Amino acid sequence: MASEPKAAPLAHHFDSYLQQKESASLGMWLFLGQEIMFFGGLFLAYTVYRWRYASAFAAASNDLDLRLGLLNTVVLIGSSLTIALAVRSAHLGKRKDLVGFLLATLALGGVFLGVKSIEYAQKFAHHLVPGPHFRFEGADPTQAQMFFTLYFFMTGLHALHMIVGMAILVWMLRPAAQGRWTPDNHNFVEGFGLYWHFVDIIWIFLFPLLYLIGRHHGA
Amino acid sequence: MSETVTASEAPRENYLNRDHSVASWLLTRDHKRIAILYLIGISIFFALGGLMAVLIRAELATPQGDLFPADVYNRLFTMHGILMIFFFLIPSIPAVLGNFLIPLMVGAKDLAFPRINLLSWYLYMVGASFTFVSMLWGGIDTGWTFYTPLSTTFATGQVLLTAVGIFIAGFSSILTGLNFIVTIHRMRAPGLTWFRLPLFVWAHYATSIIQVLGTPVIAITILLVGAERLFHIGVFDPKYGGDPVLFQHLFWFYSHPAVYIMILPAMGVISELVTCFSRKKIFGYHFIALSSLAIAVLGFLVWGHHLFISGQSVVAGTIFSFLSMFVAVPSAVKVFNWTATLYKGSVSLETPMLYALGFIGVFLIGGLTGVMLATLGIDIHVHDTYFIVAHFHYVMVGSAIMGYLGGMHFWWPKITGRLYPAFISKVAAVVVFIGFNVTFLPQFILGYLGMPRRYHTYAPEFQTWNVMSSAGATVLGIGYLLPVLYLLWSLKYGEKAPANPWHATGLEWQTASPPPLENFEVTPVVTEDPYSYPDGTLRPKEVPVGV
Amino acid sequence: MRTDTNPHGVDPVRMYVSIFGGLMALTALTVGVSFIDFAHHLPSGWLNVYNDAAAMAIALSKALLVVTFFMHVRHATRLTKIVIAGSMTFFLFLFAFTLADYFSRGWLGPPGK
Repeated sequence: MASEPKAAPLAHHFDSYLQQKESASLGMWLFLGQEIMFFGGLFLAYTVYRWRYASAFAAASNDLDLRLGLLNTVVLIGSSLTIALAVRSAHLGKRKDLVGFLLATLALGGVFLGVKSIEYAQKFAHHLVPGPHFRFEGADPTQAQMFFTLYFFMTGLHALHMIVGMAILVWMLRPAAQGRWTPDNHNFVEGFGLYWHFVDIIWIFLFPLLYLIGRHHGA
Repeated sequence: MSETVTASEAPRENYLNRDHSVASWLLTRDHKRIAILYLIGISIFFALGGLMAVLIRAELATPQGDLFPADVYNRLFTMHGILMIFFFLIPSIPAVLGNFLIPLMVGAKDLAFPRINLLSWYLYMVGASFTFVSMLWGGIDTGWTFYTPLSTTFATGQVLLTAVGIFIAGFSSILTGLNFIVTIHRMRAPGLTWFRLPLFVWAHYATSIIQVLGTPVIAITILLVGAERLFHIGVFDPKYGGDPVLFQHLFWFYSHPAVYIMILPAMGVISELVTCFSRKKIFGYHFIALSSLAIAVLGFLVWGHHLFISGQSVVAGTIFSFLSMFVAVPSAVKVFNWTATLYKGSVSLETPMLYALGFIGVFLIGGLTGVMLATLGIDIHVHDTYFIVAHFHYVMVGSAIMGYLGGMHFWWPKITGRLYPAFISKVAAVVVFIGFNVTFLPQFILGYLGMPRRYHTYAPEFQTWNVMSSAGATVLGIGYLLPVLYLLWSLKYGEKAPANPWHATGLEWQTASPPPLENFEVTPVVTEDPYSYPDGTLRPKEVPVGV
Repeated sequence: MRTDTNPHGVDPVRMYVSIFGGLMALTALTVGVSFIDFAHHLPSGWLNVYNDAAAMAIALSKALLVVTFFMHVRHATRLTKIVIAGSMTFFLFLFAFTLADYFSRGWLGPPGK
């Protein structure tokens, strides 16, 4: 949809802004419910194999770069803060602040993906990518490979969600600057905020599950 | 569409005749037009799936494999299952009747998210196209269940292409369910409280919960299967330390509740029909409404009965066996309430009612054999035999399609503004009922005697029952073909329908047939309970219907 | 029509920043805790359940902070809370019944034996 310079109107089939807002909010939460189940299948697979191959998973986990993972955690939670402040600005009708916080979120998302790609590159260099070239120095390479399969699936799907989110962020910049979202109707910004926070929450669980499970055994 | 003006209470401009351009259809955001688009889509795939069923039954008329080699036969039943389940049954009632009726029934101008509704249709069509192309390209032979490691390692067909198609169509289903839930929560007309909602709406609400929360699990599972096939990395193949049983857990976590996606909307239709054609307030409204929710929740706790012999633990098997029997309770609640509604009602056997009564009988058999199969011991005995095939066809074909056809005949005058011929439609309903039972009752017997499913040859002693089944399938095919013919005929030649041909309650009958663009001239206000059929109202029979 | 489901108006920036601070503290905590070998100090448990429990408890607290304050669920309608609770319930169904299978493998012999 092309962005018009005017404020977002009330859609024809709603009776009030309240009805529209509550519909948008419910719709977004249901979408997130759907997302929980989508990631749920992966978390389940992780749990099953983690339970079966506990020690191999712990050993494999120690091959991840804790400093980079921690840095990304800080960056992503930071972007959650900026998007929350962006929603707040939209709510108050502060157009310049909205654009600023959207840009900040975009920048932090970019940093996250940059760090992630460095990590991926390291895994390629160290032959830790599952497949015929996988090599692992531990006791049980097949089980360790399962850890890395899940690692790439979970972080990859998470990164994909970030990329989609950032594409939407880029799209949002112009209408935000043009004042399309008013205190009455900024459902899009609110909905996007919920999405971004959700992606953050997924990472909040991925970080300990992937990076921290073997640390108490010593690196 | 004929433009001849006749005296009618209807406004002359309706959703069908206001714009005839192709773009006005393909870019429409009107839930009623999107319903028609879905109707066209699912009809095509029903016809394709039906064609494969015909070929399957033709092959099975003799014990030898005389029409197709085993490999082609495997592809036939696989594509039959995939087309019928993912591209006909799951969208059938929700995406066509639900799409059309839910906004009307709740007194809204449209679904909450009209653009997303249109997107759902496009996702459905894109997904279906992928599957269709994969069929032309050789199809797949894994069975519709995609079991690993067959699907990831050994199968030679177009597994990836089909998987992509189902993945995409899955999101169509999710978005439809999401749209319904929001609409039912947020778009109800003034006075329309939860317990004044039609039971059709309750059934769709329950269905939508399954669509939104179940479908994503199959989506991620398909993604994992695809990756395992494509990159030779994966989480299901024992070669990589994976566990195929995990695939089955994930697959059936969605695919068992998916059966309820097919049957719950049909139950919603039957609730509407039984009360209307008994001219009697439905018995046990609250129980029927809440049993839909109970089925939606309990339906998620029984998937393990598909894993009884696949290496699942005996403890889990026992738990799942118990819960599977338990899910029969809310289904039985519905059947008892429909029966009680019929009792001392002024029953009139209009076409939709014939389907409703047929549904009750067929569902009873499908449901009770389900309880048998939930019993661990019996299931191990009849596992992978035609008993299973007969059971799920009684539920998914007998019941769900009869519900779909009953609903289609009930609301056809509302959707198109035309009446269809009464007599021939009743004949068709009887033909469907007879054809269905002659096709699938013998399969229970065959299964119990030990004929395995998914083979193109069988032992000669099974032939009599198989011939009977194939003959029944021919009758059933004619039964399905007849409505296509006379419903299409009615579009041009059918008598114009009044707003409320059945003298039914419900908001959808208070607006014109076909409804105007935004459904109601004025937003309706609801002041009474649903199904308040006072004694002595006109029975539909006394109203001139049909030609 | 001015609409606002949040009776308190908007939350102050201060709140967002302090929640962020809390999240950072919990992140530091979970990293710190992960280096402690609980099994060494406590009765030997089932696998490394102590470390996992600690990590998951902290992650859950962080998620709760985000949901409650950043996603404004504390101001949200009851329906929103039901949707979240409902989704989590189905998520737990998926886990509970699948793991019930895995954890009980071999408890009983195959049927008939």
